[in-house]
Amino acid sequence: MTDKLTKTGAAVAEPVESGKNAPSDAFLDVRDLKIHFPTDDGLVKSVDGLSFQLEKGKTLGIVGESGSGKSVTSLGIMGLHTVGQYGRQKARISGEIWLNGRELLSADPDEVRKMRGQEMAMIFQDPLSAMHPYYTVGHQIVEAYRVHHPVDKKTARKRAVELLDRVGIPEPAKRFDNYPHEFSGGMRQRAMIAMALVNNPSLLIADEPTTALDVTVQAQILDLMRDLQKEFGSAVVIITHDLGVVAELADDILVMYGGRCVERGPAESVFYEPQHPYTWGLLGSMPRIDRDQTERLIPVKGNPPSLINIPSGCAFNPRCPYADVPKGGITRTQRPELAPAGDRHFSACHMPQEERTRIWTEEIAPKL
Amino acid sequence: MEPLLKVTGLKKHFPIKKGLLQRQTGAVKAVDGIDFEVLPGETLGVVGESGCGKSTMGRLITRLLEPTGGTVEFQGTDISHLGVGGMRPFRRDIQMIFQDPYGSLNPRHTVGTIVSAPFKLQGVEPEGGVKKEVQRLLGLVGLNPEHYNRYPHEFSGGQRQRIGIARALALKPKLVVADEPVSALDVSIQAQVVNLLDDLQQELGLTYVIIAHDLSVIRHVSDRIAVMYLGKIVELADRKSLYENPMHPYTRALMSAVPIPDPRRRGAKSDRILLTGDVPSPIAPPPGCRFNTRCWKATDVCRTDEPPLVELRPGQRVACHHPENAESLTIPAARQSVEITKAPEPLAKETASEKETPAAPQTPAEKETPAEPEASGPAAAEDDAPKA
Repeated sequence: MTDKLTKTGAAVAEPVESGKNAPSDAFLDVRDLKIHFPTDDGLVKSVDGLSFQLEKGKTLGIVGESGSGKSVTSLGIMGLHTVGQYGRQKARISGEIWLNGRELLSADPDEVRKMRGQEMAMIFQDPLSAMHPYYTVGHQIVEAYRVHHPVDKKTARKRAVELLDRVGIPEPAKRFDNYPHEFSGGMRQRAMIAMALVNNPSLLIADEPTTALDVTVQAQILDLMRDLQKEFGSAVVIITHDLGVVAELADDILVMYGGRCVERGPAESVFYEPQHPYTWGLLGSMPRIDRDQTERLIPVKGNPPSLINIPSGCAFNPRCPYADVPKGGITRTQRPELAPAGDRHFSACHMPQEERTRIWTEEIAPKL
Repeated sequence: MEPLLKVTGLKKHFPIKKGLLQRQTGAVKAVDGIDFEVLPGETLGVVGESGCGKSTMGRLITRLLEPTGGTVEFQGTDISHLGVGGMRPFRRDIQMIFQDPYGSLNPRHTVGTIVSAPFKLQGVEPEGGVKKEVQRLLGLVGLNPEHYNRYPHEFSGGQRQRIGIARALALKPKLVVADEPVSALDVSIQAQVVNLLDDLQQELGLTYVIIAHDLSVIRHVSDRIAVMYLGKIVELADRKSLYENPMHPYTRALMSAVPIPDPRRRGAKSDRILLTGDVPSPIAPPPGCRFNTRCWKATDVCRTDEPPLVELRPGQRVACHHPENAESLTIPAARQSVEITKAPEPLAKETASEKETPAAPQTPAEKETPAEPEASGPAAAEDDAPKA
């Protein structure tokens, strides 16, 4: 293991029992993914048993608050949990990640490295820190292309200019030679997208792609991402805390809390028939631009849990207003598993489904 | 009603100095002539994109910055150029809540010290002693009064923001200016703080100026809203008119850009207005209406004459030559002024706007000098004639 790690710096650490199960039909299939970080204070369970599938041409939106494990998941899929200088930050990863019939966690890091950029690419939140300030934007895109394609610089440059043009950068041939700081925030994010798409990846992970941008620019970028997905047909995972962005782009929604998935389903049913009290809390916390509502918001009380000390049982139970509803002998320390709650809709809650549907339709929905 | 705060022609230009002698070569016109009033008990929301000058405006009315021009009157007293000592009595009445709950609290001071600092600085001895008052304040903002001796790092982001609020409320201010009070917080915590601000306003009769970039939050908290663009207020109206009948094209574009958290409305993309390009540099704002480089309605008038902020509907002030939703105007004078400026024949208008859009993305190149009108000369010349 260690020599593999030094070769690439990628920590695809301790794939416990992966490779045993049959390859998956789904394009991206994440099974029971766990990413834990040992620290001096204890084991940080950033992702603790996450499973989902995603088909080509579809968009999955992962929502959750900071510290819910959204970004760690995306870096995990990309195989980007690097080993710290003294190996201290080595992530403990287990589970399986199947991409296009190939398991990534048990694969040779060199293989994964070849796939990274080529088959899966990522768009980061802050393009200014994701780009190298000493190299021109064009140079960085060309580099990303030439790593995977044995072409000369001229061809690569042509390809880069073509993509810069596609993502809506005016005068791409001229802007090719600009440095990242010479671009505005929106343009930089466009360049990031061009860089991610230069190899035509089939999986695109966007981690808070518009959080750092102004609304008018955000609208441009969301529009661009939607068009590009249609054009390239890739599978997109979009990670955000903004339910508006998710509603805009995602086919499916996965709600994360405390490193686990609490609810997953088609966008419409998650918004209209949410089945988990945390999702209700998120919807109730959100001021709406499309309604003239000035009554109090209905926030989730308390604070998100520490990932070192995740509450036993349902991670949400200390904040859950329905934690005391009797659940037929199930105690607080039992952990709810994801159970079907409708068509392709899953939710992890101990409350009986009829009860949840009743609470949502009678108590929560009218107040939103 | 007497306004609590009255701002007239407020300006703040930050000088740009270059060379050995540090001569001033230009200025960032962060705030460039704005007027508004804040009535007692109301909440004025200020929205705009980054760089529009909303935070500078907040720092000017709290007098953390000295204005370059114009006046700030608080309860009838001009405070725009008061010194440190002159400002001190007013500091009790005007308080600020900052955006970053990490940067705005001294990490080496306990919560007790932080919240009691205003008493010390103002020489106020609250009833029942400082400690008791601080604990009451902590309770008021929803913190445990026993956490008096803890340090800021022991609190989460939302709790720290509450500490900041407790500190701002310590001296029972009349006006609280909150600069992005919730943008650093998670959704669920954001809602808690919004509710808290709401409760405190009702309990203590506070007046708020809330600066934020999030239009949903602003819609939720404000009574009246000012929309800023490049150092100017482009529209100032009550919440209902602004959100239901925006009159400035920029307001409309801004609102249509916000993603609606409703997957069934995804098809309604058609009424979204996508603005091209970026906000021009405040060092050399475009002549005429500042929005003309990105506006789909811009005509020659917009490129030469700056539209004044006029009341087009009762309670709705707009700075635009060609306002939206203008059919139902009730104020005759306003209608007249709109019609007059609408005069140029529609044909020329369309060609002009088409020409303008592709040129727009060039503007962000920051080096563009005041020579800009000449640079766009050829396009203007074809529309024949203002110069000739």
